[in-house]
Amino acid sequence: MNNQISNNEAFVLEASNLDELLAILSKEGHTIIGPIIKDQCVVHDEIASASDLPLGYRDSQNGGTYRLERKNHGKFFDYVVGPQLVKKYLFPAIQKLWEAKRDKEGFSVTQNSNKPHKLAIIGIRPCELAALEIQDKIFAEGPYKDPAYINARKQLLTIAVNCTNPGDTCFCVSMQSGPMAKSGYDLALTEIAEDGRHWFLISSGTDEGAEILRELKCRQATETERMAADNALENASRKMGRKLDTSDIKELLVRNFENPIWDKVAERCLSCGNCTMVCPTCFCSGAEDSSDLSGTQAERWRKWDSCFSVDYSYIHGGSIRPSAKARYRQWITHKLSHWIDQFGISGCVGCGRCITWCPVGIDITEEARAIRESETAKAKKVELSYETVGKES
Amino acid sequence: MVTQPFKVLRAKSETYDTFTVELAPIGNGTQFKFLPGQFNMLYVFGVGEVPISISGDPEKPAKLIHTIRTVGAATRAMQKLKIGDAIGVRGPYGTPWPVEKSVGHDVIIIAGGIGLAPLRPSIYHLLSNRNKYGKVILLYGTRTPDDILYKRELEKWRSRFDFDVYITVDRAAVAWRGNVGVVTTLIPKAQFNISNTIAMICGPEIMMRYTVQELNKRGLSYNQIYVSMERNMRCGVGLCGHCQYGPNFICKDGAVFSYESIKDWFLKREL
Amino acid sequence: METLDRYLIEHPFLKDMGPEHIKLIVGCSANVKFDAGQFIFKEGEEADKFYLIRAGKVAVEVYSPERGAIALQTVDDGDILGWSWLIPPYKWHFDARAVELTRAIALDGKCLRNKCEDDYVLGYEIMKRFAYIMEQRLDSARLQLLDVYGK
Repeated sequence: MNNQISNNEAFVLEASNLDELLAILSKEGHTIIGPIIKDQCVVHDEIASASDLPLGYRDSQNGGTYRLERKNHGKFFDYVVGPQLVKKYLFPAIQKLWEAKRDKEGFSVTQNSNKPHKLAIIGIRPCELAALEIQDKIFAEGPYKDPAYINARKQLLTIAVNCTNPGDTCFCVSMQSGPMAKSGYDLALTEIAEDGRHWFLISSGTDEGAEILRELKCRQATETERMAADNALENASRKMGRKLDTSDIKELLVRNFENPIWDKVAERCLSCGNCTMVCPTCFCSGAEDSSDLSGTQAERWRKWDSCFSVDYSYIHGGSIRPSAKARYRQWITHKLSHWIDQFGISGCVGCGRCITWCPVGIDITEEARAIRESETAKAKKVELSYETVGKES
Repeated sequence: MVTQPFKVLRAKSETYDTFTVELAPIGNGTQFKFLPGQFNMLYVFGVGEVPISISGDPEKPAKLIHTIRTVGAATRAMQKLKIGDAIGVRGPYGTPWPVEKSVGHDVIIIAGGIGLAPLRPSIYHLLSNRNKYGKVILLYGTRTPDDILYKRELEKWRSRFDFDVYITVDRAAVAWRGNVGVVTTLIPKAQFNISNTIAMICGPEIMMRYTVQELNKRGLSYNQIYVSMERNMRCGVGLCGHCQYGPNFICKDGAVFSYESIKDWFLKREL
Repeated sequence: METLDRYLIEHPFLKDMGPEHIKLIVGCSANVKFDAGQFIFKEGEEADKFYLIRAGKVAVEVYSPERGAIALQTVDDGDILGWSWLIPPYKWHFDARAVELTRAIALDGKCLRNKCEDDYVLGYEIMKRFAYIMEQRLDSARLQLLDVYGK
């Protein structure tokens, strides 16, 4: 085995040896996070061995539906994506920012020292990896950075698992974020189970990943094996459940601010905010200030917030977006259009979670399509209806 | 990016719901430098944090001055602060008024209500560097004579020969001998060189909308006009998402915008 | 043709208008209807029409971001809506929205302006009527401004 492992050189890890990989991660002091079954879905949590993984499960997802099914095909990663997100480890739903104590002078503030854990997350989908890169732009690359995010990110080891069996709400191909992870991972796996064999094509994307590969002592993949993985991913890219036409999408949504289609969506949207809770790129937060009963100690906590709540846009007098229509329009326009102006990239990675977890099944790809089609079709403009009586002189 | 405790040196009531505080840092007295038009996130211990424009003189940063209107829990708590009390300060944030760009131009400043407070640092700057600018004009409108801010300072400004100050109120009792009418009615009284003027406007959005149209009718193009926008703010640094106005974050890309850059967003409802 | 003539003659705004002038005006008019909630025009748009309200109710509004749409005045049967077509730059200063199903006669502003330029007598008749309407509205606005019911 040569000592220099270059990125993306392909190796083979037998499925039965998956625990060896986990053992190396453990030895290096990582807490291993992976997919498990809980509350009838696939969620992320600490795992100890490969037996904790959702072997033989498949999730069937669609607008407002998620069902976990036992398939017994012996694959570890045949599920698509669960409702939970990798982002919760870097951008926790609830986080203490600082505490303040009154003193003689006034008060003094102590920032919270968030000691991040050394985490290794296995099972990150390429769409989630793309979302992580987007969150990096927000929290780590802007004029104001989040130090807690940056620290946690440094301590994070990512083991991506490419998608060979996308779901009915997936459209990562449209958003160019999958089904294969191209960069941003330490290690990437592609699971193949056919012809009586069960193995992973494994490659590294960073020096840290290469180091682990070296320790794993896998053999290099053969040409046939590489082709098998390539074919699997090629097939996957053709099995996407949804499609989103992104041509001119930025201007399309801005042009259609007054489109009556928004009223139609508003009739169904409950403004429950589920979509923002399950979206891997949503980053809105609010700050909550509180003090103890004696009024001598105060704290500030940061919590996830959603643009769907009415007081999200409240300024003295009232909310700028009181209607569900305005809030849904804001969410989708931000995600697909304004995001590009703000961060140079779309805010959507095509994971389909917002479609699955919307209680009424509102579909972001459908709404984008409806807006686009309303432009090309001869739409009757909502204006005066003339009943001409007689003729003009 | 954590709030710094400041001490209240002076507190003065301006009107029944507006007051001005002068602050100084507790402990190591760092000079608080800011540009006219910027704001701070002010924190009341245990209550909350709100964005308030800085209203002091940018060339005298040792005195940090804020004029605050009581509209909610945090600002009402601030009104109760006494001399010696502590208040948290984080900033300065936001884009400034175009005082540099206005060098060599006539400048017309139009303020409505509390909108005079974020414009005052700009006025101070223009007056301290008076010979860099052409005509300097202030048009100020409030609801009633009792709502006029900075009365004594306005009188001083009016007495200058190189600063045209016009004031109007929406309604008044007989004792008021000044103008009565909306602030846009003052625009015809102001004399300025149309092709070489910069306008800075701050006030309620409706007032800014009509003022921009009046100025445009008078001959100013949209890139000669600057407005200050307001939206819900939580972090002030572009990370919480609340202050978004179309693709702009009002805390980072504003609050001061050239009207040209936001003219398409300004007329959209529920944006 | 006959029906539109009749509607015009019946409308209070055109009371005592000579038949030859009514004929000129008919040429610029059309029968329109608005559903409840429908916008008739919006602030900033081209003011190219004005309306003689036959039946229904229209609110003249202004939009405030924090408070939403604020109704300044309502006009109904027999009233007229809009005079910005008379005064350059011919742009609407406020919004108008039908509160309930409203039937009106829409008069083409540009068409009518041209006819007024050609026939000053027609122009004067129109102006007299508008001056009266404007005085009514201004008085009303001033009284509303007083906030007489306030403290």
